[in-house]
This record gives sequence, C-alpha cells and structure tokens, in this order.
Amino acid sequence: MKQFLMTLMMFVILTAAAQPVWAAKNAGSIQVKGSDTMVNLVQGWAEKYTEKEPEAFIAVTGGGSGTGLAALINGTTDIAVSSREIKAQEKEMASKKGIEAREIQVARDGLAVVVHPSNPVSHLTMDQLADIFSGKVTNWTAVGGQDEPITILSREVNSGTHVYFKEHVLRKGDSKSTAEFSPDALLLSSSQAIADEVKSNKGAIGYYGMGYISPDQKALLVAKDASSQPEPPTEEHVIKGDYPISRPLYFYVSGEGSPELKKFLEYILSPEGQSVVSEMDFVPIKK
Amino acid sequence: MPSFKRIREGVIEAVVRASGVASIVIVTLIFVFLLKEGLGLFRTHGAAGFLLGRQWYPISEPPLFGILPLILGSILVTLGAAAISIPLGIGAAIYIAEVAPSYLKEILKSGVEILAAIPSVVLGFVGLATVVPWIKALFGLPTGLTALSGSVVLAFMAMPTIVSIAEDALHTVPRSYKDGAYALGATRWQTIHRVVLPAAAPGIVAAVMLGIGRVIGETMAVMMITGNAASIPKDLVHPVRTLTATIAAEMGETVQGSDHYFALFSIGIVLFIITFLINMTADAFLHREAR
Repeated sequence: MKQFLMTLMMFVILTAAAQPVWAAKNAGSIQVKGSDTMVNLVQGWAEKYTEKEPEAFIAVTGGGSGTGLAALINGTTDIAVSSREIKAQEKEMASKKGIEAREIQVARDGLAVVVHPSNPVSHLTMDQLADIFSGKVTNWTAVGGQDEPITILSREVNSGTHVYFKEHVLRKGDSKSTAEFSPDALLLSSSQAIADEVKSNKGAIGYYGMGYISPDQKALLVAKDASSQPEPPTEEHVIKGDYPISRPLYFYVSGEGSPELKKFLEYILSPEGQSVVSEMDFVPIKK
Repeated sequence: MPSFKRIREGVIEAVVRASGVASIVIVTLIFVFLLKEGLGLFRTHGAAGFLLGRQWYPISEPPLFGILPLILGSILVTLGAAAISIPLGIGAAIYIAEVAPSYLKEILKSGVEILAAIPSVVLGFVGLATVVPWIKALFGLPTGLTALSGSVVLAFMAMPTIVSIAEDALHTVPRSYKDGAYALGATRWQTIHRVVLPAAAPGIVAAVMLGIGRVIGETMAVMMITGNAASIPKDLVHPVRTLTATIAAEMGETVQGSDHYFALFSIGIVLFIITFLINMTADAFLHREAR
C-alpha cells in the first residue's frame, strides 16, 4: 500500500511538472493558426506560395484569434493569425515565456452587419447597432422595421471578430465603457453558422467578415452617426474609411523567426501576396 | 528459491492487479489535476460568485465568471432529454425483454447498439439539419437553436444506455416470479407491471441514472444546436448554454494560467462532481439489486 501511494505521488508530481512540448518543429514547415475570418485568406496565400516554393510546407488551422495567440504564447504555432490586436495581458504572458510577439499588419477587413433578405431595414447607425447588440432594443419596430423580435447572433468569445465588434461597436472604442453583448445573444462557432441562421431567421441580425456576404443575407448600410451618410461594406468604402466597421488584420510571430518564415512574410506583403487579398474579398493594406 | 511456476503466478497477479488499480489511479489523477488547475480561480474570485453569479463574460475587463446560467442550461437540457428518453427507453427495454419474439429481439438489440455507436458530432449535425428547423416551425419560434432541440437529440444519445441496462435488469428477474404471477391468473401486462418491473426497479433506476450521466456530459451535439446564449433559461424553447459547451467553445481561447483558464477547469470540477454523484446513485441502486 505504501509503495502504491508513493507511485501515485510520483505520478502527481510528474504530471504537475510536465509542460506540453508538442510544438511542431519540422525543419522548413510553418505552422499558422488563428482567426477563422482569415482562414480562407491564409489558405490562399499558402497555396499560391507553395506553388512558387514547392519545398515550403505551410499548415493552416483556424480556431479563432484568441486560439492562435494562445498557441503562439504556448509555443505551438509559428504564426498567430489575428483579427484583433494582441491584449496587454497576452503580451505580458508571452514575454514571461520568452516570446516577443511581433505584430505585422497583413490586410484590412470590413465587418458586414447582416439581416434576413426580407427585412425592410436597410441601414442603421452605429448607435442603433450598439443598442441592438447590447439588448437595449429587442424589437425591429424600434429601428423602423416590422414587428418582429430581434435574434442577436454573435461569434463565440474565442473569435477576434467578437472582440472587435464589442470594442468598436458596442463600446465605440471607449476603453472605459462596460457595454456587453446581451446575454440573450446566440454565440455561434463560425461565420458560416451565422450566415445559415440569418438565412432562415426573419428577425436575426449578425455580423461577419465582408468576404462572407452572399445573396442569402442582406448586408446593412452603416452610418457613423445620425448625420453621416450610411455606406455599404465594400472595398472602396473600407479604403476611403467612411464605412465605420473596418479593422486591420494581423500576423503575430515570435521575434525574427526562421529564414523560411521571413520569406513567407515577405511574400505576403509583396504586391503578389496582396493581390490574393483582393481575390479573397478582403482589402489590401497598400494599393 | 521459488519455483518458476510461482514466479509466473506472481507476475500475472501483479499485472492483473495493476490493471485493476489503473482506472482508479487515473480517475484520482484527473481529479487532482482538475483541482490543481480549477482551484486557482478562487484565489481571485469567490466560490459563491462563481456558482451563483448570473453573468458569464469571461473575456471582459474585469471578467465575470458566473456559471448559474450554464448550470441551469445543463440541467434544463438534461431534464428535457430525460423526459423523452426515460419513457421511450424503458418501454423499449420492456418490449425487447418481455414482449418481442426472439428474432425481433436480436434485431432490436443490435439496432440499439448501432444507435450507441453513432458519434455525437454526427447526431449533432443531423439534429442541426432536421430537429432544429422542425422545432422552429412547430413552435413558431424565431430560432430553432433551443434547449428543446438539444434535449431531443440528447434523448437519442441516452436511449441506448437506458435500453441496454434496463433490458439486462429485466432479463435477470427470476423466471419463477413470472410463472407465479401467471399461475395466479395474471395477464401478461399485469405480470410486467406488478411483478417484473418492481423486481427490476433498482436496475432500471441505475439505467436511467447512467443515461442521464451521459446526457449531462455530452458536448459536441449541444454546442451545435442549443444556441449557446448564456442567459438564465426562461423555458425549453429558448437558447441555452451548457457547462460542457462552454468548456469546449472557450478552451482554445485561453492562455494557460489565466483566470479564464482556471474558470474553465472549475467548470470541469462542477461537472465532475455532478457526474460523480449521478454515477454513485446509479451504483447504489445496482448494488441494492445485487443483494
């Protein structure tokens, strides 16, 4: 019995001390992980790049911006793809583990706010959006629509899109604001799930990257405030800056990175890499 | 000098004992690990606020870790699934054990086993495409992603457990009980209802508890079809967020060692305790039957 207890204790101590060490470190392979919004874009880059550089091996996975950044901090990915800026807390965690998270802006994205195609509402102001998503307004009549309860659709909390939307639409960029999504908001695990629900739900309102816009959902025109012109989420208006919900998209890497990694990053920022951005319905950082 | 035979016996005994102890050791280690990671939360957040808090905003500053809506969400989905699967499951078990002709018995039994073998993500996917629109149309709801949809799909997940264990329990009722009842002129239904069911009751209760244990721990399907809104559930036809779905959906986001990470492990402890209690109850009933 004593021996058994000793073995048990050894087990406990060993499990407590063990750190995950499954980071892929194959020579030349690049692990890319993070934002679901950007997963198609990154996949596009990876495909075009490996056509050019056949010996390169790039593994792309989604999971959400938070997932990517957590993986970078935990040392299980080379590039964290993020649709939001790294949080101070995450940066601190990273440096504690000896990782200096370097930020590279790789593209821009407009967030489309979408409703059912039959919804008569065609444009909203940022204030109205904040009221709807925080649950202050629960019926479409309050914003000039039909008598229909509003179903709020949001992404899960591991999504950079969720965080961006909260900080820039609900809280209007004010870091002291404590506005939150309504607790009644449905948290869905992907942009596609939001697209599907909006397609079948007359009272639904949701948001996703403008690359997802399809005829099954109606993208609303959004105005900065009551006195400005509502604009559609298109490349033109995101570049001009008059569509109010647009955001930069980032890569985060640890320090300088390997030569393979550097070459891949150079490709992404090249005109060739940036042409993939437009093809995938995102907005290039330089035109 | 012990003989070769005795050494061999000793080695085999040691191996068998090690296998026997292994599962207990593993459960203990898992619980110790859960405690080690989960209790970290209570250095910064109170246990009462955690269990009774009504707001779950894990990534806000400061974060709000109130899991009451999640506990109620899990309970609601589970109760709904129990209400559907218990009558169906026990009915099916009675039919298989007492009524069905023997060739049908075998077909039904393998059917139940196949139902048990369907991966939950597949059931979730099928539920998303069939149950969700059906519930939405049936109740005229804005969205079909509700607790009820989760209950319906999970009922099918609990069914195989309930059917096969309840059927075993019914099967072990001694033949003489039934013969006695028939000899007294009881009909088949009277025999089942007054003699067989009471005799098998502890085993049936155990079957139900194990089925419920499976439902409360189920993750993938509920995450796909219950809508995951972390508000206190009003009724069965509103979206809910369960404990399991919360862990699964948010695990990837958390940085090891953050409060959010600890909070998810604390949810793990709550789940562990709930399923542990359910299994203990089931076990108590199974043992009562053995005596």
